[in-house]
Amino acid sequence: MCCAVHRNAQYSTVYNTSEKTFDKILIANRGEIACRVIKTCKKMGIKTVAVHSDVDSSAVHVKMADEAVCVGPAPTNKSYLNMDAIMDAIRATGAQAVHPGYGFLSENKEFAKRLAAEDVTFIGPDTHAIQAMGDKIESKLIAKAAQVNTIPGFDGVVKTAEEAVKIAQDIGYPVMIKASAGGGGKGMRISWNDEETREGFRFSSQEAASSFGDDRLLIEKYIDNPRHIEIQVLADKHGNALWLNERECSIQRRNQKVVEEAPSTFLDPTTRRAMGEQAVQLAKAVQYSSAGTVEFLVDSNRNFYFLEMNTRLQVEHPITECITGLDLVEQMIRVAKGYQLKHKQEDIPINGWAIESRVYAEDPYKSFGLPSIGRLSQYQEPINLSKVRVDSGIQEGSDISIYYDPMISKLVTYGATRAEALARMEDALDNYVIRGVTHNIPLLREIITHPRFISGDISTNFLPEVYPDGFKGHQLEADKRRELLASAAALYITTQLRSQKVLGSLRVPSSPIECNHWELCVELGEGHHSMEVTKSGNVYTVEVDGGKVEVSGQWNLASPLLPLTINGTDRMLQCLSRDASGRIVLQYLGTSFKLRVLSKLAAELNSYMPEKVPEDTSSILRSPMPGTVVAVSVKPGDTVAEGQEICVIEAMKMQNSLTAVRQAKVKNVHCKPGETVGEGDLLVELE
Amino acid sequence: AVRARPPLAPVKHGAVAAAVPQTNLRRDCRWYSVSHLSVKERIDKKRTAALVGGGQKRIDAQHKRGKLTARERVELLLDPESFVESDMFVEHRCSDFGMEQDSNKVTGRTHASDLCNIMDQAMTVGAPVIGLNDSGGARIQEGVESLAGYADIFLRNVLASGVVPQISLIMGPCAGGAVYSPALTDFTFMVKDTSYLFITGPDVVKSVTNEDVTQEELGGAKTHTTVSGVAHHAFENDVEALLNMREFFNFLPLSNQDPAPIRESHDPSDRLVPSLDTIVPFETTKAYDMLDIIQTIVDERDFFEIMPNYAKNIVVGFARMNGRTVGIVGNQPKVASGCLDINSSVKGARFVRFCDAFNIPIITFVDVPGFLPGTAQEYGGIIRHGAKLLYAFAEATVPKITVITRKAYGGAYDVMSSKHLRGDVNYAWPSAEVAVMGAKGAVQIIFRGKENQAEAEAEYVEKFANPFPAAVRGFVDDIIEPSTTRKKICRDLEVLASKKQVNPWKKHANIPL
Repeated sequence: MCCAVHRNAQYSTVYNTSEKTFDKILIANRGEIACRVIKTCKKMGIKTVAVHSDVDSSAVHVKMADEAVCVGPAPTNKSYLNMDAIMDAIRATGAQAVHPGYGFLSENKEFAKRLAAEDVTFIGPDTHAIQAMGDKIESKLIAKAAQVNTIPGFDGVVKTAEEAVKIAQDIGYPVMIKASAGGGGKGMRISWNDEETREGFRFSSQEAASSFGDDRLLIEKYIDNPRHIEIQVLADKHGNALWLNERECSIQRRNQKVVEEAPSTFLDPTTRRAMGEQAVQLAKAVQYSSAGTVEFLVDSNRNFYFLEMNTRLQVEHPITECITGLDLVEQMIRVAKGYQLKHKQEDIPINGWAIESRVYAEDPYKSFGLPSIGRLSQYQEPINLSKVRVDSGIQEGSDISIYYDPMISKLVTYGATRAEALARMEDALDNYVIRGVTHNIPLLREIITHPRFISGDISTNFLPEVYPDGFKGHQLEADKRRELLASAAALYITTQLRSQKVLGSLRVPSSPIECNHWELCVELGEGHHSMEVTKSGNVYTVEVDGGKVEVSGQWNLASPLLPLTINGTDRMLQCLSRDASGRIVLQYLGTSFKLRVLSKLAAELNSYMPEKVPEDTSSILRSPMPGTVVAVSVKPGDTVAEGQEICVIEAMKMQNSLTAVRQAKVKNVHCKPGETVGEGDLLVELE
Repeated sequence: AVRARPPLAPVKHGAVAAAVPQTNLRRDCRWYSVSHLSVKERIDKKRTAALVGGGQKRIDAQHKRGKLTARERVELLLDPESFVESDMFVEHRCSDFGMEQDSNKVTGRTHASDLCNIMDQAMTVGAPVIGLNDSGGARIQEGVESLAGYADIFLRNVLASGVVPQISLIMGPCAGGAVYSPALTDFTFMVKDTSYLFITGPDVVKSVTNEDVTQEELGGAKTHTTVSGVAHHAFENDVEALLNMREFFNFLPLSNQDPAPIRESHDPSDRLVPSLDTIVPFETTKAYDMLDIIQTIVDERDFFEIMPNYAKNIVVGFARMNGRTVGIVGNQPKVASGCLDINSSVKGARFVRFCDAFNIPIITFVDVPGFLPGTAQEYGGIIRHGAKLLYAFAEATVPKITVITRKAYGGAYDVMSSKHLRGDVNYAWPSAEVAVMGAKGAVQIIFRGKENQAEAEAEYVEKFANPFPAAVRGFVDDIIEPSTTRKKICRDLEVLASKKQVNPWKKHANIPL
């Protein structure tokens, strides 16, 4: 139902309840991570206090905790970030320690200070480490001093092209050259050899002088096809520190991780050890205690460079727990109490392989994921499968609201090998029932079954490279299309036959003679497919598009899951909806497909039905998601150019700029800043 | 024992169709199933003949208008690709009839008499009547004779009312006197953009009231399903409408002598619904969607809503519980706080009476803050319209199960299938508040002009805004965990299946119209 379900052992840790830590811990967080922490606390015999906003009053983490305190209204700055209210909650409940989870106050040194002032233990590193690692520049300097690889580079005035070449050679190709004053990737040139460096120098120095009036150039190692690989570290307050192997987090969209795995297919033992040791050096350099993560960029030659250190429990920590058998939350609590680490570096194994998919309430068809909200009208986690762990903080009936992160859960599968873990992930995604909100399972399933991902050929550019025109869902091959069509037809006939099965009537006792042969037409996208179906027992034989498909199943019409055997292969489909006029939406291979099954006659007659002209959407702008209007950049009468920003909608911490699809005059503006809008609400009309 | 749903025998063209008597049908059916092929051949032959007979032009014209021909409509309603052999027979009969209509040989008068015959037959044997209406109105040339024809049909509609279910599907213009046949039937469904219902068309309206109005605005599907409440549902086109009609028909019993149908169900009757434990928001002022509750409780989330776009503060429709058809009535907190007003009272009352007439148990979900106040409502006669809903619930003798999810205030509490109106089983969720009115209003009246209203309000909430006062007096049978609601209702329906309750003899009752 929620959180990690321990039907399968995910930690080999034996909880030592005689080792006294705390009596009561307050969890200053919500959602899955709050549930995750409470779970371990329960095992350790520690009482828990949940804090929550008013809209979260019946949330799962609140129900799981022994006590709960409301700390304010829905907006996070009034509740989960409201230090005064949380401090009050700590005093009122007498909690001795606070676990901050991730996000919110987890890396807030002010909060850590206030706790210390009241003699409450912060379950995390001390303020010095938080501060040192929280500053981008300072953390790089410390890392450099601790002999951690940082991205080599030069920032200053370069006089001649030859000087630039020298610097580039020192750094090692490829290098990136740009004007220091230019922000982001502006004016950035990549150079792979001396000649390109000279050229790059000319352009960049000209630009630096003319555009910015600042001669300085930045020449830095360019990391081609970078991977994002991070090392989990664990340190105590006695100078001991361990590295708990790596997590591969390269599959990202907009710098947010989507799929993670441990270990990485890319690291050899030598690189792993080198990265681990450097991570530990850094931890020791800042007297780090508790669990932390050192993030690296790794190039195609396995050169790795320090990126930043996260001084908290990371979202994707479960995969590390799966392969090491450690309960990181337990370790954090022990360390916070002052105990020494029990493990030595050589005790840290890599047992098998673990993969995590972040299941989000978002529409993967819009720039790999735009937030969606709604009530989870149906929700079933695939926890009946073995070696599947689901960390979540929601249940059937929960609301995914605009106020918080749209993550539904972290779906983790593991196995002795990567292939095994991947096969389980496929199964788990197919068995995961989520209704009421749009979710990213279609994308997740495509990623984990993509040949490039399977071969381990990934980088942080994976998504834009694999889907240059955006994600479009699973593309059906001819045989798979036939399978889908046949499944829809078989389901349709099952529902039709069932509607004849009326029980206990007073009239007409005998049973009807059932037909067992039908001619149907199934629409899928633009295609119309005629088919002949015969039924024998539970098996439907469907002839469609020049092929024959055999479909059988238990045909439980009440279940959202539709376990079928198609041509001898077991497949888990899901029926998302079906209606009286033959429309069936099936989830097949992760993607949902809209079909329409009609009898031959109905299909023929349907061809006479006029197509209703859909609304001309080029002259109206509707909100693509629910959220708050942050800014409206136009007023009636304005002329907007194609691509010009019309307004900005903020949803779940994300600002989305909505632009005009063509040049036009603004006719009407239906929204104003500060207003909340729903998905599909009319914002602006163009002429 | 499993049996086939009764087949239908509809007809079209300003018209009504009757389902064929089922008992007779069986005998015929056996015969036809033997000689099944020859029947098919005959149908094919007739079909071809109809086309050859110069019909193609008219058929094309009809298609161009985005409509199907009468024969096509009947065929689709009784789809020959149907799933049980017996339907073949019906299709045959109806096609015959439909083809006659198409070739347009019948005059208004004979037309009407044919319809009357079928309706009489339907009533005698107890079979539902479906009308597929597409008629321009009375033929002026036929004069009083066509008026008589209408009246004959109206009379049959009235006599059949409450005996067999009557459904009208408006698939084209239906103007003048003709509109009263659908108005007399139990349900009127329309097809968007191609069907109209009005007493007088835009031209006459213009000359009489000087209003400029299009056919669509005056009597289109949108008008009648959102503004006037004349129609109960609108569908995109003919095919959608007919396919939905098939689905809808499966909810209904054949006649008032038949029990509500029980379809094979795959949804466990003891299924718990944990999401219901959190659906009612903590704040009593916050809305939630009653449809969420209904859909999770009924079989397979399958709810056929009646009038989904009219008087949305009350939700009515058909569903199944453990396979058995039930009528659902629920206040909708999402719209106007779920209060009862004129339109929602009438909408609810008509639905409740249909269920009662045809042995369909009624499940009522209550979250009602009261009747809507104001001059508009009072002048409009909320008293007599509200009384209709009260009357309907009180009069109903079918099994009545009520679940109070939150507010049940004042007179509206009494109305909504309360224990006092012979509710068989009345449940309250822990979030229920059964009281004369909300805390704020009550305190303002009781402690008028006094200080510390807030304190008094808290006391009132403690005393009255909970299910206990009603429970201790036996006005609710039990306070239940919301998650167990489906399980409990299914069990109660099982027990109540044999319920027999008779109202005192009367010629007919006198509902406050």
